[in-house]
Amino acid sequence: MHTLKRSGATLALAWMVLSFLLLPAFVVFPVSLTTTRYLSLPRDGVSFQHWRTLFTDPAWMSGIWESLVIATVSTAIAVAAGTLCAIGCWRLGTRVAEQVRAAMILPLMVPTIVYALGIYRLYVELDLVGTMLGVILAHAVTGLPYVVLTVTASLSNLDPALEKAARSLGANVPQTLARVIVPNVLPGVLSGAIFAFIHSWDELVIVIFIGGRALFTLPRLMWDGINENLDPAIAAVASALILFTLVVLLVELGLRARRERRDGGAA
Amino acid sequence: MRGFYWLALLPALLLLLGLYVAPLFGVLLISVTEPRPGLGNYELLLTSASVQRALWTTARISLMTTVVTLLLGYVVAYAMRTASGTAQRWMMFWVLFPFWISVLVRSFAWITLLRGEGVINTALRGIGLIEEPLPLVRNELGVVIGMVHAMLPYAILTLYANMRGIDLRLMAAARGLGAGRTAAFLRVFLPLTRPGILGATVLVFILSLGFYVTPAILGGGKTLMIAEYVALQINETLRWGLGTMLATTLMIAVLGLMWTLSRVLDVKKLFGPG
Repeated sequence: MHTLKRSGATLALAWMVLSFLLLPAFVVFPVSLTTTRYLSLPRDGVSFQHWRTLFTDPAWMSGIWESLVIATVSTAIAVAAGTLCAIGCWRLGTRVAEQVRAAMILPLMVPTIVYALGIYRLYVELDLVGTMLGVILAHAVTGLPYVVLTVTASLSNLDPALEKAARSLGANVPQTLARVIVPNVLPGVLSGAIFAFIHSWDELVIVIFIGGRALFTLPRLMWDGINENLDPAIAAVASALILFTLVVLLVELGLRARRERRDGGAA
Repeated sequence: MRGFYWLALLPALLLLLGLYVAPLFGVLLISVTEPRPGLGNYELLLTSASVQRALWTTARISLMTTVVTLLLGYVVAYAMRTASGTAQRWMMFWVLFPFWISVLVRSFAWITLLRGEGVINTALRGIGLIEEPLPLVRNELGVVIGMVHAMLPYAILTLYANMRGIDLRLMAAARGLGAGRTAAFLRVFLPLTRPGILGATVLVFILSLGFYVTPAILGGGKTLMIAEYVALQINETLRWGLGTMLATTLMIAVLGLMWTLSRVLDVKKLFGPG
């Protein structure tokens, strides 16, 4: 029972703010179907020409491909390193381990522009500017915090006795890790992977600096398009990205619900 | 077997130190060595008019963004706290969905809405409310709209996390003791949300300071905030010393504020996607 009276005006204002939040997500879909060559709502009929451009133009296609490869590989690195680190910190439980874990969220706090300058300069020295490897490594390290945070959250619900039981039953440390700990925190690992993937897939500022003249990921192509000609094909790209985000978010919410149900059952 | 677990920290630690912390130190180093050793670059903070203009623009836009975001965010968080279970879940989804759309996509969407030939101006002209398009974008107004949009989810999630811990029966008790609705809110609920307000204010302000993409797209080059100013120094005029000095200043300001905040609240909770 709600003892706090809900005020109609507050509720109306809240839904107005929420509509403001959703407005941009909904406007790009109709704009992407315009029949004109400039950004506008469709007036006489709809056309899929801009969506066709997106999937036939070699520049956009190679952008999608580069973004996919970079996001997939950098996510794999971030998930492997981040999961191991979170489990190590959890098991060690010392002050130093605690500080390592705190240091891992540094990339979430430092403004990206600052890091972009630093990594650009380092990559000039290492001759990594404009290489796939360079972007993959930079995205992996900035994706680490998401994995460490989600896996740590999962571990906090795990009974340390499980690990001891596995060890006393004769499993060695790698076996315990692979067969007992990781399966138990899998939803956290998957959530982390999703966030790390979205992070890389959407990342623009670092790529602007270290992409050089060779690498044009999807966000970088969008950025150039916005600054140059505002082609309606960008609206099609934006719509595709929003749909993609929606699907991924629904998967993540599903995972979280499952995790909470299980944790609730265990408690 | 603790050795194994120490080993498990190694890959992440090496990545972080070699490819994150080291480049940041590089930025710091360049700022005191180029074009010549010393604090000459930092003197520009006090002497250069264009640097001061960028700092002032950044502070002004960040403050406006913070105030508007907090007011709107508080209303939504409050409505979420007092809503029924189903409505609460829907509201949460409506907050999270735009949150996970990239700022680039969102800034582009705002361009299509706000520009002179954009959706809003066309609609207003269509119904005869205005004759000339309203200047909604490529100025500070456009930047603030885009930034408030980007920051609202952070504020709402922080405020809501705090409000969830408040027992709503306290309000009923206050009403029972004769307080009016407004008084119960102002004297019981509002004071209890002070940690949330503080956390959200600092968080939104800090994140606003470092914004690059949104002001660059919606400001149209006229409202130069620090991050865009830094990028210009590096990409156009190749003044690495000045660029890294401003970047270092920005980093120190952000980490300093974050540290202050962490004395009051659990920062990790604010950032956790979970």
